[in-house]
Amino acid sequence: MSEELLKIEHIKKEYGDNVILKDFSLTVHRGEVVVIIGPSGCGKSTLLRCINGLEPIQAGKITLQNKLIDGKSKDIAQIRQSIGMVFQNYELFPHKTVLQNIILAPVKVQKRNKKDVIKEAEQLLQKVGLLDKKDFYPRQLSGGQKQRVAIVRALCMHPEIMLFDEVTAALDPEMVREVLDTIIELAKSGSTMVIVTHEMSFAKAVSDRVLFLDGGEIVEEGLPEVFFENPKTDRAKKFLNTFEYDAVKHHNI
Amino acid sequence: MSWDVMQQYLPLYQEAMLLTLYIGWIGVLLSVALGLVTALVVHYKIPIISKIAKVYIEIFRNTPLLIQLFFIYFGLPKIGISISAEMCGVVGLGLLGGSYMAETFRSGLEAVDKIQLESAMSLGMTHFQALRHIVLPQAVSLSMPAFVANVIFLLKETSVFSAISLMDLMFTAKDLIGLYYKTSECLVLLVVFYLIILLPVSVLGSVLERRLRYASFGH
Amino acid sequence: MQALGIEVLFKGSNFARLLGGLWVALEISLISVLLSIILGIFFGIIMTSKNPIVRIFTRIYLEIVRIMPQMVLLFIVFFGTTRVFGWNLSAEAASIIVFTFWGTAEMGDLVRGAVTSIPKHQYESSYALGMTNVQTYYHIVIPQTLRRLIPLSINLVTRMIKTTSLVMMIGVVEALKVAQQIIEANRMSSPNAAFGVFAAVFVLYFLACWPISLLAGFLEKKWGG
Repeated sequence: MSEELLKIEHIKKEYGDNVILKDFSLTVHRGEVVVIIGPSGCGKSTLLRCINGLEPIQAGKITLQNKLIDGKSKDIAQIRQSIGMVFQNYELFPHKTVLQNIILAPVKVQKRNKKDVIKEAEQLLQKVGLLDKKDFYPRQLSGGQKQRVAIVRALCMHPEIMLFDEVTAALDPEMVREVLDTIIELAKSGSTMVIVTHEMSFAKAVSDRVLFLDGGEIVEEGLPEVFFENPKTDRAKKFLNTFEYDAVKHHNI
Repeated sequence: MSWDVMQQYLPLYQEAMLLTLYIGWIGVLLSVALGLVTALVVHYKIPIISKIAKVYIEIFRNTPLLIQLFFIYFGLPKIGISISAEMCGVVGLGLLGGSYMAETFRSGLEAVDKIQLESAMSLGMTHFQALRHIVLPQAVSLSMPAFVANVIFLLKETSVFSAISLMDLMFTAKDLIGLYYKTSECLVLLVVFYLIILLPVSVLGSVLERRLRYASFGH
Repeated sequence: MQALGIEVLFKGSNFARLLGGLWVALEISLISVLLSIILGIFFGIIMTSKNPIVRIFTRIYLEIVRIMPQMVLLFIVFFGTTRVFGWNLSAEAASIIVFTFWGTAEMGDLVRGAVTSIPKHQYESSYALGMTNVQTYYHIVIPQTLRRLIPLSINLVTRMIKTTSLVMMIGVVEALKVAQQIIEANRMSSPNAAFGVFAAVFVLYFLACWPISLLAGFLEKKWGG
């Protein structure tokens, strides 16, 4: 087994009386792709925000390469450089062009050489087919294009791990594919990723391990082939069923 | 500061307030009517008239009311257009307010999604019905905060009427200060009476704004 | 032209005097705007505070400015304070005090609005890229705030210029006062001067404000989308 990159140990997250995550643990190894699925409000997005220190936790601890992740600590900005996060609503910076969005953090935060960063950014943009859009402003792009730029922006920081928070939920169906293909390419190249998604066939294709979350805890966990073909728990079966439709056809009217 | 003096002046201020309210509110009504017509003309790009409407908006939004009043009250009679001071106040406030209201209503109309008009018409409504039942109510509620701000602005602007010898609150205060030097008393009364006029509008405005925000489907 | 009284403008230095009067008004508004912007930025940042006592005080200040006509404020400062405190205050100084008092509140509210209009997610995605608080404000929040703020503050400038027309009422000799003097002096030779001269003042104010409004509209459109 390869190196343990991300360790989540017995964390608890609650808003007042509302428990979002109870005694949640997860270990992600280098190169592993973990997909988290589950009904709305099961705590999967909150989990990603906790991993990035955007939400405080009430118990337990999260470490990345043995460094504690704590939103209030002084080193949090340093640790976050190793975590790439892509949000549902892209969150590009509207006052900066595509290229400026991508190179901002590598140049200003990581103090890398600007020329090198631009070169790398252009290569990455080329890969996702958006090099010709590098001087556009975010408002001139489609949702799918914005999301691919957001992925490139995160990648350009050379993160150890990538977090994807329902990155296709706000997209038109025909744009979902271009974004998911980009993520699958990343998986092939060996990136470590934690992905929250509602796209089941994508989840099956991309993941090394699937977690089914409900009510703030892991209900079922396993290899994608096993989980999707043969879910063991009733809750998982019921959830997967919501994506199937029974045919109602009256051909012989 | 003398309470007796203030009591003695009270009737004069009351009379002045009534004049301010009278001219102010007629001016506001005129503004709303003029603004609504102008906004619709501009929104529907009616040829020629919409150009004139735009010029009107720009001119009156970019000049002070005091100058407008001086021109109407002292300038226009020289070319044979003579109107009373009261009329001048109403017309001046109406023209100024009309240009502000027009901008407010126009951006309200623009903010209502075109799809709303289309879906109303797809339900079989005529264009006029859709405008009356679907578009205008939404446009009005969207422009309500700016509308209330305009009303307050216009009622405040009435304070320049004293310059054309209308016996409004400002005129009364200035007159009394000049005659008897009871400066503090006159100014306190002035502030109190403007509060009586404007505080209710301001409070009503915040209440309306809060209610409309709840009614707007979480946008 | 005789009938419209426009010829008076070209007599002697009349037109130059009128421009001089306009400049007095512009000067007062420019000084007030400058002070308002500086003080307003501080006030706006104070307004974003969550402290209830701070909020009540800023709210009261803002309401006073919103409700009281500027003319009333001018009278209070020019006639009221000189009487109560017995000091000597020039009409120009009183005007600048009042307009700055007013402008600071308005500017503060604009700053507050612009700062709070930046979505929470913009901060988060900046933090997610490893930026510190200072970097987030410097690269993300402040540039976006300025883009929303600049067109609105330019609008404040035109409002300020328009409001300075009031200062004649406390005796500052600006365009309108000069216009009255010119009309008075030419009462015999040009009985219709009131039309031409007041029309000229009207046009001058329009020419002072309109380009500024256009600029604000242009910037709003450019940065708004």
